[in-house]
Amino acid sequence: MKLRLLAAALAATVVLPLGIANAADLEVTHWWTSGGEAAAVAELAKAFDATGNHWVDGAIAGSGGTARPIMVSRITGGDPMGATQFNHGRQAEELVQAGLMRDLTDVATKENWKEIIKPSSLLDSCTIDGKIYCAPVNIHSWQWLWLSNAAFKTAGVDVPKNWDEFVASAPALEKAGIVPLAVGGQPWQSAGAFDVLMVAIAGKDTFNKVFGDKDEAVAAGPEIAKVFKAADDARKMSKGSNVQDWNQATNLVITGKAGGQIMGDWAQGEFQLAGQKAGTDYTCLPGLGVNEIISTGGDAFYFPLLKDAEKSKAQEVLASTLLNPKTQVAFNLKKGSLPVRGDVDLAAANDCMKKGLDILAKGNVIQGTDQLLSADSQKQKEDLFSEFFASSMTPEDAQKRFAEIIASAD
Amino acid sequence: MTGQANAGRPNQLLRNLNAKIASIPMILTAVVIFLGGTVWTVVYSFTNSKLLPRLSFVGLDQYERLWAAPRWLVSIQNLAIYGVFSLIFSLVIGFLLAALMDQKIRFENTFRTIFLYPFALSFIVTGLVWQWVLNPEFGVQSVVRSLGWSSFTFDPLYNSNIVIYGILIAALWQGTGLVMCLMLAGLRGIDEDIWKAARVDGIPMWKTYLFIIIPMMRAVFITTLVIIASGIVKVYDLVVAQTSGGPGISSEVPAKYVYDYMFQAQNLGQGFAASTMMLITVAIIIVPWAYLEFGGRKRG
Repeated sequence: MKLRLLAAALAATVVLPLGIANAADLEVTHWWTSGGEAAAVAELAKAFDATGNHWVDGAIAGSGGTARPIMVSRITGGDPMGATQFNHGRQAEELVQAGLMRDLTDVATKENWKEIIKPSSLLDSCTIDGKIYCAPVNIHSWQWLWLSNAAFKTAGVDVPKNWDEFVASAPALEKAGIVPLAVGGQPWQSAGAFDVLMVAIAGKDTFNKVFGDKDEAVAAGPEIAKVFKAADDARKMSKGSNVQDWNQATNLVITGKAGGQIMGDWAQGEFQLAGQKAGTDYTCLPGLGVNEIISTGGDAFYFPLLKDAEKSKAQEVLASTLLNPKTQVAFNLKKGSLPVRGDVDLAAANDCMKKGLDILAKGNVIQGTDQLLSADSQKQKEDLFSEFFASSMTPEDAQKRFAEIIASAD
Repeated sequence: MTGQANAGRPNQLLRNLNAKIASIPMILTAVVIFLGGTVWTVVYSFTNSKLLPRLSFVGLDQYERLWAAPRWLVSIQNLAIYGVFSLIFSLVIGFLLAALMDQKIRFENTFRTIFLYPFALSFIVTGLVWQWVLNPEFGVQSVVRSLGWSSFTFDPLYNSNIVIYGILIAALWQGTGLVMCLMLAGLRGIDEDIWKAARVDGIPMWKTYLFIIIPMMRAVFITTLVIIASGIVKVYDLVVAQTSGGPGISSEVPAKYVYDYMFQAQNLGQGFAASTMMLITVAIIIVPWAYLEFGGRKRG
């Protein structure tokens, strides 16, 4: 009798995993691993589990640069996951062209994505040859300056209202032993900070000419020279922030060890998790307080082509769950990003998010660099700016190399 | 069958047939995976393959871009510095340790274990440990400062000019133990009578080492050299764990360039061009040496 029980128990352990597999569990890979991000992704998992399916979390630590190669090699190597995060735009372009990704047009037409997704450029980035291949989940904008109110209080200066005031307050901060600007060592952070400076200082048109039209002459011109001067200021202000990850840099701002950080609105999730309040504990300046424009890059989920019919069905369910108004609100509040639907109510949003929603409603938006440049050009840019921020390269030399990258960009 | 074989001359192909059949899997692996993979990579380095390999040739474009890229030049320079110093220091330190070990000291086993132990750690662990040791806020610098020298500065990993030496320290710490063991084995292989003869002739010990023992250990030195050199060319994980190429691009190495451009930048062509250059560098060093070494042995 005992033996039979044991046998049954053993059999159950063998059968059980298979049983779950039939009830469509989808492995979803993403690189959301910081505290705020993990809390947000748990909302997605909860919503998907509520549909009777099962979200198998495949978080890959080490930010997108580490995660994307793993995702791509799994898809090209014939071991695709159920769904995967990418920054929509050009990162997954070739995977789609090679026929490795699933066409979501049916789901999109049924749920009327064309009407509900605002701004429409988000869906355009998912569209290749008239077919829709990804489900955008949020809008992330890079153009934010996060300031620690406590740090400025310690230094005895007012919290700046724009980039110039911030630069002017740097000596006071340094005197108080505070690093004015926290910049992490990962290459994408310095490259991103430069793009933000470009929008703020040179404006939307120049940004579009450089990254949209890849206009080499503009990239070598006087407008961009001003941007490089500002980047030179930023470089001086960032001396001494010996951290690698972006959330470590954000943490310097949260703890008042650094004055500010140029970082996308995903930093907000970290402030929230630390229990800080916008306005009282920290200040946010969209467009560095100069040009209130935000980029509408963001995250999207792509669905690799699967043979398993059950899983394919679950992919459809996941795609529609991601765009469900309730999921959108729950997820984006935790993440600190903006929802992709214009019709959801974000009454619970904090001051900073409301500023972002406002700018979005006014239509002061640009496309993100992920949407405009190929991964290859992005990487070259990252190499340049990580070198620039860590060395004493002159702004002129850096601009010359920048213009070369733009000339050969695709 | 046997009758026929006995009648004519034994077929060369059929000699040692069992051994030949047994080595077929290895031959196939070598030809298909090593040689095939190499040829494939070289061919595709002349294409403009992006995320997925495709055969559209662009001539030497990838190589021109490679040699114009500041990051690649920094990588090559770093590899040269790292290579020369790591070769010299691991050989010298390894040999010295082995020679000291060979003086019939007490607790030899214990010391040998201690020196060899770092080799049991992976480069990733080594890199992380040394990242902490060299970190100005927790490591050596803060310890010395807390002892009273408050202006003491030692932050190799955050200084672009010397960061490669910070990596070198970690590599030596990890690798010299193995070199020591190889050298010790070589020293133990020297006949005791040679030592006695040298002593009878009144040759000082350092001279005996330098002019008699080391030349006799030629084979061991060559083995060690190959092991160290292959470790140098492929150095990657140590850099990733310690600095991830920073500050800026000042501790980049070629292997990291290959990985980053193949997978992060989704530009296979550029990555293949870089790895082909690595192969050529190795070939330039290995081929003349192998020719001398193995060509010579046949004659002797």
